Parts: sequence; C-alpha cells; structure tokens
Amino acid sequence: MSEYDRAAARDRAREVTVGGDGVRADRVSRRVGGRLVLDGVTVAPRPGETIGLLGPNGSGKSTLLRLLGGVLSPSAGVVTLDGRPLHRVGRRSVARRVAAVQQNAHTQTELTVRDVVALGRVPHRRPWSAVSASDHRAVAAALERTGLTDRASQYWHTLSGGERQRAQIARALAQEPSELLLDEPTNHLDIQHQLDLLELVTDLPVTTVIALHDLNLAAMYCDRLVVLRDGRAVAEGVPSEVLTPVLIEEVYGVRAEVTSAHGSPVIRFLRRGAGPPTRFSGPRTAPPEDGHGWEG
Amino acid sequence: MRDARLALLTAGGLVVLAASVAVTVTIGPADISTADVWGSVSARLGPGHSTLSPLRDGIVWDLRMPRALLAAVCGAGLALCGAVMQSLLRNPLADPFVLGVSSGASTGAVAVIVLGWGGAVVSLSAGAFLGAMLSFGLVMVLSHTLGATMDRVVLSGVAAMQLFSALTSFVVLTSADAETTRGVLFWLLGSLSGAAWADVALCAAVLAGVLAVCLAHTTTLDAFAFGEEAAANLGVRVARARLVLLSAVALLTAALVSCAGAIGFVGLVLPHATRALTGSGHVRLLPVTALVGAVFLVWVDTVARTALAPQEIPVGVVTSLIGVPAFVAVLYRARRQT
Repeated sequence: MSEYDRAAARDRAREVTVGGDGVRADRVSRRVGGRLVLDGVTVAPRPGETIGLLGPNGSGKSTLLRLLGGVLSPSAGVVTLDGRPLHRVGRRSVARRVAAVQQNAHTQTELTVRDVVALGRVPHRRPWSAVSASDHRAVAAALERTGLTDRASQYWHTLSGGERQRAQIARALAQEPSELLLDEPTNHLDIQHQLDLLELVTDLPVTTVIALHDLNLAAMYCDRLVVLRDGRAVAEGVPSEVLTPVLIEEVYGVRAEVTSAHGSPVIRFLRRGAGPPTRFSGPRTAPPEDGHGWEG
Repeated sequence: MRDARLALLTAGGLVVLAASVAVTVTIGPADISTADVWGSVSARLGPGHSTLSPLRDGIVWDLRMPRALLAAVCGAGLALCGAVMQSLLRNPLADPFVLGVSSGASTGAVAVIVLGWGGAVVSLSAGAFLGAMLSFGLVMVLSHTLGATMDRVVLSGVAAMQLFSALTSFVVLTSADAETTRGVLFWLLGSLSGAAWADVALCAAVLAGVLAVCLAHTTTLDAFAFGEEAAANLGVRVARARLVLLSAVALLTAALVSCAGAIGFVGLVLPHATRALTGSGHVRLLPVTALVGAVFLVWVDTVARTALAPQEIPVGVVTSLIGVPAFVAVLYRARRQT
C-alpha cells in the first residue's frame, strides 16, 4: 500500500467514525456440524453506545462476537462495516476499526505489558517497517487510559487476572478502534475489578458490544441489551424493558424479582426450592411479603 | 534505540561468525594457519596467490571451507526454523522436525542408499529431499483433514514421524548389510562430512529466500503470541500466514536435512537461548538466532571432526550431547512458568 493509499484509508476511517454506521450484523446465522449455533440474529449498535449480549452458556454470544469481528464468517446473513460486507473489507482494515478482547488470553511467550499492548499496532504496521512515532503514541495512550503505565515493564505472566484483562483492553485500544468487542471481560474478577473494568470500558469513546453473564452489571452499564437463547435473539431494547421476571425465567429458567433503582433495573434471584424461606440459615435476603416468590 | 541494538547484535554476530569460520578452518590434523587460509581464499576470489601446496590448498578450499560454511548455513537455518515453529505452533518444545520433514528425508535417503531407487539419476540428497517433501505434504493433508488447527499440525507431524521412522527401520533391517547400515546410521544422526560447494550454494540460496520470507512476517509472528484467533483479530490472515510460513520452514529444513542429515537440538534449544538475549520480538529474534545457530554449529562441527580424530563423531551426536542438558533447562523453565 502506498503512502497515498494509507492516507486515504485513514481519512475514510475518520469520516466513518463520524458518519458511518459502524459494524452491524444483519440476520446472521452460523451452522456448525448441522447445528445452528446462531439463527438469524441482527445487532445494529449506534455509534458510541454500549450493547450488552445476554444469554445462558452456549446461547451463541461468543459466536456472535466472532462474527462481528470477522474471525468467523456467517453461514447466512451478512456482517457489514459501514455498509460493506466484512469479507470484502480485508482483515487488516477490519482490525484497524474493530478490536476484540477474547475470554481467555493465554500465552507461553515471555512478554511485558508494553509488548502485549504493542500487539495492537500490528494491523497498523507494514512488513519491514520500523515502529513509528504514532505507534509509540498509541501504546502510551492506551497504557495511560487503562492505568497500566507504571506496569509497562512488568511481565504478563506476573499480572493478576484483573490486570491481564486491563492489558488486553489496552492492547485493543492501541488498535485505535471505533468498535470494541468484549467477551465476558469480567469473568473471574472480584466485584471491585468488575466495576472498575466496566466503568473503564463504558467511558471509552467507542461503540462497544459486550457479552455479560451478570444481569445487574448489564443493567447498570449497557445502553441496550440483546438477549440470546439457543442462537436466537429473544429480546432487545433498553435494560428496563428487557429485564423482566418473565424473560429471565424464560431464558435462564430461574425466577427473579426485578425492582428499580436510579432508573435501572435491579435483579434479585430467588431460590429454586419450594420449601419455606427459613429452611436455610445462611445469609440471604428476606422473602417477599406475600410469599409467592417461593412457590414452586 | 531498538534498531540500534539489533544492528549491534547483527554486526557483532557477523564478525564473530566470520572469525569462527576463519579459525575453525585452521583446526585439524593438517597444520594450516589463518594466513594460509586467507591466501587460499584470496587466490580463488581475487588477484592474490596461495602460498600453500596444492594438497593443503585443497584441504582448505575443497574440504574445510565448504564444511565450515555448510555448518554455518545449517546452524543458521535450523535455528531460524526452530524459532518460527515455536512461535507459530505456540509450543516451546517445537523444532524444525515437527513437520515430519527429517523422518521423510531419512526414508527417502534410505530408499536411495539401500534399495537403490532412482538408480544413478536420483542422488542421496535428492531422494532425501523428495522424502521430506512427501512427508510434509502428508502432514499438511492430515492436519487439514483433522481440522487445520496448530495442535492438529503437531499431532499430524508426530504421526508422520512415527510412520516414516518405522519405514526407515524396516528397510534398513530387512535389506541393508552391516556396512550400508553404518553409512545410513551416520547420515541419520546428522553429519557435515560430505560437504561440497554445491551443497553450500544450494542451502545458502534456500536460506536467503526463506530468511527473507520470515523477516517479512515478523509482526505476523508476534501476533500469534495469544493464539490464532487473537492473530486474526489483529488483522492477520491466519490460514495464509500459516501456509506460507510452514511451507518456507519445511522447504529450508528439507534442503538442510538432505545435505547434512537431521542435526538435532540446534533448532530446539538455540531459539530459547537467543530469546534471553533479544526478548521475544521477532524482528530481533529471527536474525540473531540465525547468527547464533551458525556460530554454534561451526564450532560444534569442529569438535565433532577433531575430538576423536582420526575418527569422526556425527555432529548430531555432539549437538545432542550439548543439547540434552539445555533441553532439560528449557523444560524446567517452562515448568516454573505455569
């Protein structure tokens, strides 16, 4: 690619961040060995918003994220980036716009935090080219943003789980994406780190699609939710509309109470057993007054 | 700053390599000085004239020089291939022979030596090369059928290795006499004793091409640190990169093995040693590991041909004697990390 092409590509990307419609999945399906793991799902994030993907294990959240990132291609339907089908855009160009953080990042290689974050510059670099000033700037900015500047020289395998996730997010930011895809980034983190991480992510000036298990966190941090079950989107909308006791029971097979606090829904799960609430002496919340919540 | 360090390491490595070749060529039963070597080389390449007798001149130019250079090329190539394989397969214990290339080469060589396949048309090296390529092809087809992930490549390589080793043993045990068996064994263990200028030229040309391909893929190799999906997310066309790099490695390994046999441990251990010097970034790792491999094998081969002179030890035996303790150290390090 010539210097001119590069400049043109940059301009296109800039234009698009402002006026394009970003990445979207239009009725995408994915078939694996005869089984539909994803069945006609549409996701169309608006620029800058945070979309939460909910659904039980195996409902197709990760598959959908892989399709959005172009790592897998749909068996039916199409994923587009600013209206162009992803497979026509080219892997490098996609990676300059869409960054993904996988569930379990693992490496055998001895890498420092800075090395890991610098991987985000791979789609911006040409073969044989040296590391440029803009690469250094992007890495420094990503480290700063995630609060890892002091840890830049520390080795990856000495980091805690929360720090590893932050390092992966910093790597994604070094890609300078306009869209960020996160697959259960709060897994295995304590509650403080979960909140810190989601604060960090939702404050970023990018469109974010994030798979989550925790319904309360999803309600707190996402602008809109898409709920998947068996590969189908069964609900979509703002958290207060989507997270109802009926939907939660239907999708997860568990019963819950939903109350509202500061305009966002709060979910409290109810014990499964039909027995009286006093049967178990461990710490727990009081049963609802009418006792209906415990009926089986 | 980083590039300055790379330049320093590369320049230093080249100087050490040149000095190593110049010195090791003087070592041996025939007493030859560095000045004699210089005279012989300049007589061939330039206007100078050799002060040596034709016999000793021959020892320098026709025996020791191609041998030292082939050792350098083999060492460089094997270390380079090992580094690439370890990164691509994300396995610290991977080496250039994981693709089954060396076992295939052995079977090809044995088919030529023992069974006389190919008559006078196909030389031992050509037979070995064909066997190596056949084995690599089998591994690629197998791994593709099994699902085309990196661990499938490793498993297919192991399968091919077993198959071709069995074939080699079968042919040797059923068809070869004692003398042929000895020759085959010597070749299997890896030896640079048959080095000729033609081998040097061929291997050096392949090394240059493959090194260029690998250096063009340094950022791609970096991107594989967190696996194939992570690499794809970073804009790498994984299937294409894998095919290009595996083919390049297989081609170079096949060329080296068909000239010098399967010299073990260089490709396994030296990339690890080099990482301690350069870090994991491939821009620095690949050229430096090639230089380290070259210097290492030049000296090891000198030990192999002089330690028990006049009897020669196969160089593969010497590398393994040095390599096994180093291998244990690598394992120990890997254990500590988990």
